[in-house]
Amino acid sequence: MKEWFKKLIFLLSLPIFLASFLYAQSARNSCLSCHLELEGSLAAPAQSFSRDIHAQFGLSCASCHGGNPLKEEIEEAKDRSFKGKFSRQAIPQLCASCHADANYMRNYNPSIRVDQFELYLTSRHGQAYKNGDLKAAICTDCHGVHQIQRANMPQSSIFPWNLASTCSRCHSDPDLMKPYGLATNQAEDYRASVHAQALYEKKDLSAPTCNDCHGNHGALPPGVSSVANVCRQCHPSQAELFTQSPHKKAFDEARISECEACHGNHRITSPSAEMLAGGKQDLCLQCHSSDSSLYQQASKLREKFNSLQNQIESLSSRLNQVKKKGVEMSEARYELQQAHSFFLEARNLIHGLSFPEIEEKIKATSDKLNLVDNVVLAAEKEIRYRKTGLVIATTFLFLLALALLLKVRERRNRV
Amino acid sequence: MKRRRFIDLFLIGSGLGTFLSLLYPVFRYLMPTPRKEEVVEQVVAARIGELAPNSAKIFRFGAEPALLIFTREGNYLAYSAVCTHLTCTVGYDSSTETLLCPCHNGRFNLNGEVISGPPPRPLRRLNLEIRGEEIVVWRERG
Amino acid sequence: MASGSKGKNKLLVYFEDRFKWSKIAELARKKTVPKHSLSYWQYFGGLCLFLFIIQVITGGLLLLHYVPSIDRAHESIQFIMGQVKFGWLIRSVHSWSANILIGAIFVHMFSTFLLRAYRPPREITWVTGTFLLFIFLAFGFSGYLLPWNELSFFATRVGTDLLGQIPIIGGSLKTFVLGGREISGATLSRFYWFHVALLPLAALFFLGIHLYLIQIHGISLPLGLKQKKVREVPFFPDFFLSESVLWLTVLAIIGLLCVFFPWETGEKANPFAPTPAGIRPEWYFTFLFTTLKLVPGHILGIEGEKIALLFILLACFFWLLVPYWDRKGQKEQKNPLITVIGLTVIIYILVFTLITYLFPGYKK
Repeated sequence: MKEWFKKLIFLLSLPIFLASFLYAQSARNSCLSCHLELEGSLAAPAQSFSRDIHAQFGLSCASCHGGNPLKEEIEEAKDRSFKGKFSRQAIPQLCASCHADANYMRNYNPSIRVDQFELYLTSRHGQAYKNGDLKAAICTDCHGVHQIQRANMPQSSIFPWNLASTCSRCHSDPDLMKPYGLATNQAEDYRASVHAQALYEKKDLSAPTCNDCHGNHGALPPGVSSVANVCRQCHPSQAELFTQSPHKKAFDEARISECEACHGNHRITSPSAEMLAGGKQDLCLQCHSSDSSLYQQASKLREKFNSLQNQIESLSSRLNQVKKKGVEMSEARYELQQAHSFFLEARNLIHGLSFPEIEEKIKATSDKLNLVDNVVLAAEKEIRYRKTGLVIATTFLFLLALALLLKVRERRNRV
Repeated sequence: MKRRRFIDLFLIGSGLGTFLSLLYPVFRYLMPTPRKEEVVEQVVAARIGELAPNSAKIFRFGAEPALLIFTREGNYLAYSAVCTHLTCTVGYDSSTETLLCPCHNGRFNLNGEVISGPPPRPLRRLNLEIRGEEIVVWRERG
Repeated sequence: MASGSKGKNKLLVYFEDRFKWSKIAELARKKTVPKHSLSYWQYFGGLCLFLFIIQVITGGLLLLHYVPSIDRAHESIQFIMGQVKFGWLIRSVHSWSANILIGAIFVHMFSTFLLRAYRPPREITWVTGTFLLFIFLAFGFSGYLLPWNELSFFATRVGTDLLGQIPIIGGSLKTFVLGGREISGATLSRFYWFHVALLPLAALFFLGIHLYLIQIHGISLPLGLKQKKVREVPFFPDFFLSESVLWLTVLAIIGLLCVFFPWETGEKANPFAPTPAGIRPEWYFTFLFTTLKLVPGHILGIEGEKIALLFILLACFFWLLVPYWDRKGQKEQKNPLITVIGLTVIIYILVFTLITYLFPGYKK
């Protein structure tokens, strides 16, 4: 190689070497590099922190724990600003030191709320915490600690379909809940509910989970008088009907919580006519005697509802049969769907307890179902007609084949 | 002789029978059918003057319910009334001039877009044309 | 005996004077068909003709109500199935017969191949027959789109995508077939034109030659059988009778299929919807479809699919010209290679068709 060439390489490599040295200095994070070499719970924070939302915004270990990440020597790294591991007591204040500071948070996410700590202190968790109960839930118990995700990310511990598991870590633990006298079956009950089915099976993220009824940071179970308002958020028509019904005054005076008395709170299952007087899950008996006239009227309604439901199911299956056999059924399908809507409306009207209105809706449903029945009957008749036609045509074909055979045999015999 | 005549008659008879049983469906097929309103293609949703301003009407479109709205400004709009949440039938709420689904309080604006509640998608918009006295709704837009 | 037959004779004389058809009648009377252990295969040719006639009749009837526009195609089928008297029957017969016809064509082709019926002087019968196979596959492909439902839309897309993969000419061929770059209204008009104008004319042309050649050469004999030693049965009435009974039976079976399994209308095609999972073309194309799915991504640096398509096209070319390269057959000798090729192709088609239905989720 030529001499001047070797010198050129050397000169060029110097600045490159210098630049990479300086870069390495600035990217050095001794917290991470040291802790990654340790084991177990000392290494875990370092391993998971890259996935944390705070890391994505450029924050590091030192942002909360203090210390100097540029220093390699442990005494120098753990300088005067180093705060070490935080006690449970200190954590809410630590998080609030940024998250309750509107001016600070505006630099990162201008629309994020800054009242979480304030709300937290009004909640049962917060009140227990204020009284020095260290077993009460704090920020990190729900949000996680070194790999906190945004609430709208599916991996977050507080994403709708993870949230119930997060709450039940404590609330389903009998040893933890015993001192407070709290039940531990809520999560299990919720899992059996129609809301859980919508959330977990149909993946309907609008379905309620723990926080939708109990609140997030200001979590408290709704009081007896306010449960109905919570349900009203998503079920306004039923709430409206109930308010106009004779039950409203009766429930208020007897201090019975509205929706909850009949539908439960966590284990809310699909309503059925069997919840009415005389049914398998008779709720009216809780207050009414079985020989009262109101009870009898409700029982008759139940029978009518059941009969309508059976009719709808049978028509639906007959319609499918007929459709499979090739008869066009779009009008009948429409009318059946309308009938089903009317049926749901009729059943829903039970919240209002206006018997004339309910009877009217039941009649409308019944009329529609008769219409569908006529169309399905006509279609079934058409299918029988087709089969008859087939038998006739096939018989003639067979006879013709036979006739040809005989004719040919006859001609052959003639010869 | 008798046998031969019988066989000939049998042949002609069965041949004729076969021919007629094949011809009959073709003949009925060719006869003009009263052309029932092809509901999926075009529906007369209403007539001019049937609806008051700021009101709506449910009508059948194919196998599904649809909503014809006559706005306060005097425009006609047509949407599929099948709620995109859990397929309940959407109605018109004249007090707020929005479309409301009574099942879980899903609410849509006059553009069919979701403004509150659980529905995940906007309502399907239907094409609309005023032909003389009739308001005709036909296949989906786009 | 008296006036009846005299009237009949007068009528016959009238038509003879005008059509001069007594010579043809004479040929028909003399026409014979060989009968031997393998002569049952002869029925398949006539069966194809019978089913083609059914297709022409039912197709012509469907033309009365079908509208080839994307706004109205699906609706017109719904109308035929739901409102027109016996529309369900005419349409179901058309769809069922189409599938049976293609099956019969394959059986007819493979039986004539293995019997070496293409030997001289019947080479052109074979060549026109192969063209007819392509024409009827095109009938099936074009007809399948016409109802404009989900299945047909996506099956057509899959099929034309394969077409576009053919090296060099693929792109232009696909654009020509689709009438544009994507399936659109233009595609529907074009497929309609193929299905009711171009392909019927082509079919009539080649079928005319095919049938004419069969009449003048007669039915071929399997290798080894001598003309003098084989038993011949008269076409009228014996073979005609058996063929009629077969045709009547097939007609009855089609009737049964239509009443118990009427063809479905499906959901109207939505070009903006995502392709549903597990979409595939009609059964008679599935062996090609699965071959292209299973072929490795790249062979020697060239796309596997293109190589497979090229191979298939070459195979078709050699298949078409088999009378000209089967030298042994030309000399009336049995060429075992033909049997091997024939059986291999049959097994390949059967296996790959089965794979498509038994393992639908398989991906490369």
